[in-house]
Amino acid sequence: MSEQQLFKVTIDNITIEVPAGTTILNAARKIGGDVAPPAMCYYSKLEGSGGKCRTCLVEVSKGSEKDPRPMPKLVASCRTTIMDGMEVKNITSEKVLDARAGVVEFLLINHPLDCPICDQAGECHLQDLSYEHGSESTRYEFQRRTFKKHDLGPHIQLHMTRCILCYRCVFTADQLTQKREHGVLDRGDHAEIATFIEKSLDNDFIGNVIDVCPVGALTDKTFRFKNRVWFLKPMDAHRDCPTCSGRVTLWNRGDEVYRVTARKDEWGEIEDTPEGKPGWICNTCRFEKKKTSDWIIEGPRNINRHSVIAQGHYAGKIGTNKPTETFAAVNDGRKPHLLMDIHSVSQVNKPEVKLSLIDGPAHSDAFKKNND
Amino acid sequence: MQALTNRVKEVNRKPMSFMEKLYLPAIFKGMAITFSHIFKKKPTIQYPEQKREFSPVFRGLHVLNRDEEGRERCTACGLCAVACPAEAITMEAAERLPGEEHLYREEKYAARYEINMLRCIFCGLCEEACPKDAVYLSETFAPANYTRKGFVYGKEDLLIPNPKTDPQGLAEARGQHI
Ligand code: SF4
Ligand code: SF4
Ligand code: SF4
Ligand code: FES
Repeated sequence: MSEQQLFKVTIDNITIEVPAGTTILNAARKIGGDVAPPAMCYYSKLEGSGGKCRTCLVEVSKGSEKDPRPMPKLVASCRTTIMDGMEVKNITSEKVLDARAGVVEFLLINHPLDCPICDQAGECHLQDLSYEHGSESTRYEFQRRTFKKHDLGPHIQLHMTRCILCYRCVFTADQLTQKREHGVLDRGDHAEIATFIEKSLDNDFIGNVIDVCPVGALTDKTFRFKNRVWFLKPMDAHRDCPTCSGRVTLWNRGDEVYRVTARKDEWGEIEDTPEGKPGWICNTCRFEKKKTSDWIIEGPRNINRHSVIAQGHYAGKIGTNKPTETFAAVNDGRKPHLLMDIHSVSQVNKPEVKLSLIDGPAHSDAFKKNND
Repeated sequence: MQALTNRVKEVNRKPMSFMEKLYLPAIFKGMAITFSHIFKKKPTIQYPEQKREFSPVFRGLHVLNRDEEGRERCTACGLCAVACPAEAITMEAAERLPGEEHLYREEKYAARYEINMLRCIFCGLCEEACPKDAVYLSETFAPANYTRKGFVYGKEDLLIPNPKTDPQGLAEARGQHI
């Protein structure tokens, strides 16, 4: 009975009714848009996540109908459940915006700010957050922290300097895989995500840590440095996978599959499958199926038009239909006289070089080898 | 009819007088103006013997910059390519290997970097987009060519001479362009 009970909650002057036990963050997400606080560590598909990063702070200006006193401090909305008649201020509160700016500054204090190099750029939550709430310059004058390099298996690249210690990957490793082989070592400034030496993460689902990581700390080695996400075409595709749901987003360039990820919803979280289970994908789908023939393509994925990935992105039929050459058709099969074939001059995008099939990032030797 | 702007001029529709119908006075007036120009200063510049001075903000042919130690600055971030309205820039990135630190500034670099000068409209947006101070528009322009082939500029055409190994070349390049 009590589960079905509906509570009324007002967030940024918008009132909705949600089941008791919902967190403020999830209630705000039901309203959607700007009302939903940003979340860097909470992940609805991971039990126990949230409460680490403090970007989701909101002000509770009225505790509940029974006890209308406001809460004395800003609260983390991902970990605070609603009360009946609660009034919450998110973007309408000066205090919240100020606190969030402070949180962003703290998150960026040790961040290397290497977005030009980082493969996550363009789809990074920390970029979005700092763009919205951060300041343009830094007040930090000291050496940023650095780490010894750790290898997380053959497919996952760890950049510990970019990590914001949200623990999402730890929860993923814990809950999706039976063996937990990586965790957080040390504390405070020195805390780091690391494998216990020499044990590589070989579980079938470990690749999902790449998708849950809100920043570029964990990225796909098979895609490393191959292209920028905004030059790729995201396509929904599926395959018959014995291990996982096989429902993925392919990131194509031409007909080449550069990267495979799980499908993500508007909050950047993994979408549910039609059966209502989180659509985690297995390592085979993610790292090894890099041919178009491995997949059944459903069509271009819808991308929020405010995202840089939407540049040059066509939705609907245009996205999958190849343009046909009309010249030959109307001229009895006569080929057009080309003034210059770009591939005869250009060194990039050689049709015979398949970047997608290289296992890891390209190196100078790869380019020397196929340099004419 | 109501005028749309205050600069409207009524067309004079009076019939021409006898003098106007002769046309000769108007012709002589025009000739006199042409003749008087012989004594004025010539604005023509005899290119290529003579060259006009460029403004310091002239947007000409691109260069790819190196830092003081001669390392390539470009990290193949693709921001110039996404900013380019003409889609003239293409690149392929590679990871720096151990031992190549003296060649490239960052962990990732552009193994191939190409600007198609036939497409480029010299708007300078790539220069503005670059977070690494790597691409700049210099004060010169692409030389003319009989074929289109010469207009696809690769990294070897764009990179400035290395200040460590080729300081003389760099100075020459600077002297030429400034
Ligand atoms: S590696 Fe990524 S997912 Fe893991 S704690 Fe760091 S930021 Fe979070
Ligand atoms: S100057 Fe403009 S058109 Fe030319 S390459 Fe740069 S951004 Fe593109
Ligand atoms: S020239 Fe600048 S903007 Fe273009 S890829 Fe290199 S670093 Fe990025
Ligand atoms: S999302 Fe609530 S504290 Fe991180």
